[in-house]
Amino acid sequence: MTGIVILCVALVAATAFGLWRRATDGRMHDVRPVPDADDAPPGQLHIADRGEHGGDVLTAAALGTSVLGSRATFVQFSSAFCAPCRATRVVLADVAATNPGVVHVDIDAESHLDLVRALHIRRTPTVLVLDARGVIRQRASGATRKADALHALDALNEP
Amino acid sequence: MSTQLCTRTEIDPRGPRFGGTITTIVLAVALITAGSTLSTVLVAWQAVVFGLGAIVGLYAQPYGIVYRRIIGPRLAPPVALEDAAPPRFAQAVGLVFMTVALLSIALGATAVASVAIGLALAAAFLNAAFDFCLGCEMYLLGKRALVQ
Repeated sequence: MTGIVILCVALVAATAFGLWRRATDGRMHDVRPVPDADDAPPGQLHIADRGEHGGDVLTAAALGTSVLGSRATFVQFSSAFCAPCRATRVVLADVAATNPGVVHVDIDAESHLDLVRALHIRRTPTVLVLDARGVIRQRASGATRKADALHALDALNEP
Repeated sequence: MSTQLCTRTEIDPRGPRFGGTITTIVLAVALITAGSTLSTVLVAWQAVVFGLGAIVGLYAQPYGIVYRRIIGPRLAPPVALEDAAPPRFAQAVGLVFMTVALLSIALGATAVASVAIGLALAAAFLNAAFDFCLGCEMYLLGKRALVQ
């Protein structure tokens, strides 16, 4: 009897969880209010620099990449055991290739646990959208769809 | 510009979902018959299945073999292949739950065994119905918690 109850609970809970994830995966959320412009040049700020700029700021050095995008940078956190990371990688590489000034950086979460903890990354893929100054403007967990990525780019231009 | 992780073995993603479906059915019967010899045999069988998939490789996992030999050839070719590492890791997570279940049965703790079976069933069902890998999600949380 206990077994049948556990079976029902497991199926109901898994269905609810699956539907919730399906509805929310890949959806971009605004991270912070837009900070004041022109207070710092790109690539000069510290990792997860909070406060006066109004949002967390990531530098090219912190991400281990040569340069941030002049328009936007998609920072993707991936792990080895993550099937949707691959689909997200394909989508974001395509968006970076077809939109000038957009860069895609894929970070192995396991080997950057300091960054993972500082940015409260709990799942892979998690995608951060940085503006030209490296300020984290939007964030999404789960597989990113192309439409959501393009919409995030448009949203960077909004005041 | 994109930084690629290294390349790995690739599989038809529908294989693990088929395996998840069979696993869900096997574990559902094991739960319905909890406390019986049949239930113990099913849990032991599922432990062997997970063990083969996790330790030897997905090519040796019985449900995967059924998919490749019988189901896959009758379907259209896969649209895209998938990395074999995530589903293989999921098999290892399943093996842990089956080991806990078998030890609990051996110690007479049927309720504990049923909870372990239920958790594995929920994970397998999520994989089958939603193409969602619960074990893979837990991986980063585990790393965050265990590695300083």
